[in-house]
Amino acid sequence: MGKYSVSENGMYGHFGGAWVPEMLYPNVENLRQNYLKILASDEFQKLFTQLMKDYVGRPTPLTYAEKLSNIYGTNIYLKREDLAHTGAHKINNAIGQVIMAKMLGKTRIIAETGAGQHGVATATACALLDVKCQVYMGALDIERQAPNVARMRMLGAEVVPATSGNCTLKDATNEALRDWISNPEDTFYVIGSVVGPHPYPDLVARLQSIISKEMREQLKEHTGRELPDYVIACIGGGSNAAGSFYNFLDDESVKLIAVEAGGLGLDSGETAASIARGTEGIIHGSRTMLMQTDDGQIIEPYSISAGLDYPGVGPLHAYLAHCGRETVLSATDDEALAAARLITMKEGIIPALESSHALAALPKLKFKKDDNVVVTISGRGDKDMATYLKRFFDK
Amino acid sequence: MNRIDDIFSKKDGLLSIYFTAGYPNLNDTMTVLNALQKAGVDFVEIGMPFSDPLADGPVIQRASLDALNNGMTLHVLMQQLKDMRKTITMPVTLMGYINPIMHYGVENFLRDAAACDVDALIVPDLPWQEYLDNYKALFEKYGLHNIPLIAPQTPDDRMKFLDDNADGFIYMVASAGITGNIKTSEGYRSRYFDHVSSLGLKNKRMIGFGVKDNEGFRHACAHASGAIIGTAFVNHIKEHGISEEAIKAFVDGIRKG
Repeated sequence: MGKYSVSENGMYGHFGGAWVPEMLYPNVENLRQNYLKILASDEFQKLFTQLMKDYVGRPTPLTYAEKLSNIYGTNIYLKREDLAHTGAHKINNAIGQVIMAKMLGKTRIIAETGAGQHGVATATACALLDVKCQVYMGALDIERQAPNVARMRMLGAEVVPATSGNCTLKDATNEALRDWISNPEDTFYVIGSVVGPHPYPDLVARLQSIISKEMREQLKEHTGRELPDYVIACIGGGSNAAGSFYNFLDDESVKLIAVEAGGLGLDSGETAASIARGTEGIIHGSRTMLMQTDDGQIIEPYSISAGLDYPGVGPLHAYLAHCGRETVLSATDDEALAAARLITMKEGIIPALESSHALAALPKLKFKKDDNVVVTISGRGDKDMATYLKRFFDK
Repeated sequence: MNRIDDIFSKKDGLLSIYFTAGYPNLNDTMTVLNALQKAGVDFVEIGMPFSDPLADGPVIQRASLDALNNGMTLHVLMQQLKDMRKTITMPVTLMGYINPIMHYGVENFLRDAAACDVDALIVPDLPWQEYLDNYKALFEKYGLHNIPLIAPQTPDDRMKFLDDNADGFIYMVASAGITGNIKTSEGYRSRYFDHVSSLGLKNKRMIGFGVKDNEGFRHACAHASGAIIGTAFVNHIKEHGISEEAIKAFVDGIRKG
């Protein structure tokens, strides 16, 4: 047990827990009692490891970014989750959870999705592993993310519009939880980030920890040193950051930088920076930092990136930020767009808008010449081309 | 004596009605409450609106959002209820989610609810262990019952654990699901109700979620102390308004068919 590990009842310091209605208690408790056993079992490990390698294409490369390194006067490496099957890190978690669901005897999968990346990953895992799949997606997001909706449908998933509230990710998550309450026997809920009631934040962090496991090995090959000086990742819910930080948490020399979506600016009222501008509260079963009114009503956050505009953040991150183990920065829409443009022109990599927020932290940090800096490119930018084209070429 | 304990010791066939505070208009809360008492309901559950009500279906979610847009907050609600005992003699429970209550301050909230002479709280997403570890003493200090929920998927030992540490009554969710949802057959529900009856729990039970008419009410009364009806009532006032006549018509329809 590391210093930053979750406690048996799901706490990260005073964050986390499982604040769920009694109707969900048996399902959540069943998962809590079984997830570590299943993760450690030969059956799970064998299938997960094989699929990560032969199907997802892991390990994903660690790319030395020569031009970015020159610009920022240090050594920058990119962890290329954009090259994983389906185009983002989400597939690591989706495959892991669908295997787990089958081992628990569940025959139906539900998931929530915002931008559609987790929905596509889950639909993919369900097609591969032959399980029925329903994805809840905000009605507004269904309109905004048409290509990913089409991919999910082609993969055989049913995309269910969430029409409550603001019709976005938080409402899709509410709908998925309500579905689970209504179908407790046959259904498994595949949560897409390190959020939700315990054990989900820990389960998802463990499944994504393959990212930092590979980073260590690859960095050693590249530099002779296992430990970088910095690891930088974006956070909305925080799954790629959790995976990128996981195997460095107890190596205190490694600076962990989480980059929130600043939206139009931290003090503009149009932001998704839950740690910088949120307050403590409970959302989707977890005590964490979240965007809410003085009366404890949850506020719809804003970011140009549909994958970062979640009103809460994983309790692990709330805790790491609280104890100073991770440094939380933010990047505005414009800063993220500029970072996306730069890496595209200089390195030939079109990043997802989410990942562009991580890149936008580079000019905000003071590196030494021989520092090794790893930035996680959590996904590729195909899904964001409409936004990029509009912002770069429609002048 | 808490009014809840009193009524359960005297009567069966209880009808409790849920309505959302501040709906359809901000200042309708007391009007609806008075009309429900006059129409002869046994007690009420006042919903405290929340932006993200996990255990509620679309009808109550919609009413909650309308109430929030009307300007309803917990502070406003406490103001509205502070003189309710001038007219209201029946037990009053408040139902809501933990986040707004925590923001208000749990002890402040319990103190203010007790000052309004509320009898019990229903907070679906306050886990029972959390309640026992951190809040039970406070509930007791202010004389408020915390009402636990059970559902068909709740294991027997869990039901007994909830029952052992609960006062007031147990809120028995009629079928797996959220408010307003009826998925399971009457036969299935009867078996579940009978099974719970056979456990010999010390607390009386009320059946809710999916009870919407006289038939459902009678079925619930045959298996428990009575029923809680929410979604059907919210739909009714949406359609027919909150006049005493409209509310009486609904209550009579439930009681007499």
